[in-house]
Amino acid sequence: MPVTTIAGNEIHVDEEGFLTEYDEWNEGLATELAKAIGIELTEGHWKAINFLRTDFKEQGETATLRRVAVTGGIPTKELFTLFPKKPARKMAYIAGLPKPAGCV
Amino acid sequence: MTDTITQAAPFVPDFGDEEEAGRIAFVCSKGSLDMAYPGLIMANGALESGMEAHLFFTFWGMDMITKKRQDHLGFSPVGNPATHMPAALAPMPGMQAMATHQMKKQIGELGIPTVPEFLEHLKDMGAHLWACKLSVDMFGLEVEDMIDELDGVLNVSDFIEITKGAEILFI
Repeated sequence: MPVTTIAGNEIHVDEEGFLTEYDEWNEGLATELAKAIGIELTEGHWKAINFLRTDFKEQGETATLRRVAVTGGIPTKELFTLFPKKPARKMAYIAGLPKPAGCV
Repeated sequence: MTDTITQAAPFVPDFGDEEEAGRIAFVCSKGSLDMAYPGLIMANGALESGMEAHLFFTFWGMDMITKKRQDHLGFSPVGNPATHMPAALAPMPGMQAMATHQMKKQIGELGIPTVPEFLEHLKDMGAHLWACKLSVDMFGLEVEDMIDELDGVLNVSDFIEITKGAEILFI
């Protein structure tokens, strides 16, 4: 498994660069991950990230965009504004999780 | 197996932000439950990948966007060997209702929205939804009979112009 260093944090990632170790993540790292993909985190971003982290712990898989909207209570349109173009994958990356496996 | 590669530059996923994501259009021509979902699911995937997506509803696909009908799409096992049901049983009374109920249940359990909710979700993701002019005329529909999320009613040449250069899938 590749290991990369982002802002001094040594992290395990998969072949696409998504974090593979849930516990290697912390809030400071999230800010750096976001910065690396051109996103500056605001309160709205944190709401999505925190939901993803908690939901992953409970469900054992990354929430899909639809789940973040319905269960997480963040409207789909807002997610597209916060994480442009590919919200599901971008928020999973910043939350230190694998990209969602589900289709919907 | 642990092959550790420590890179000098941070290894960050490529989200393809710099590339043109492309455009895709789905012609939804069927009004049965099992044929309504493929277009919706693929459009969802396209939009999640940052693509521009259009859905053009025509003929029986009009049921997907007709307020009175969209939540009552059915599934028939008749003539469908993939249901693995004995052919003689498929046309029995009540079989279609049972098969529809079962399919809706399975879809719901997977967290997949109903057809009306799915269309709302696609619209929120930026999908463009179009009704076919000829079908609207043929079925005698008025604008108020169709879902509010619709972008408009188009004839085929307008649809072809709007989706120029897009990949088009006919379902």
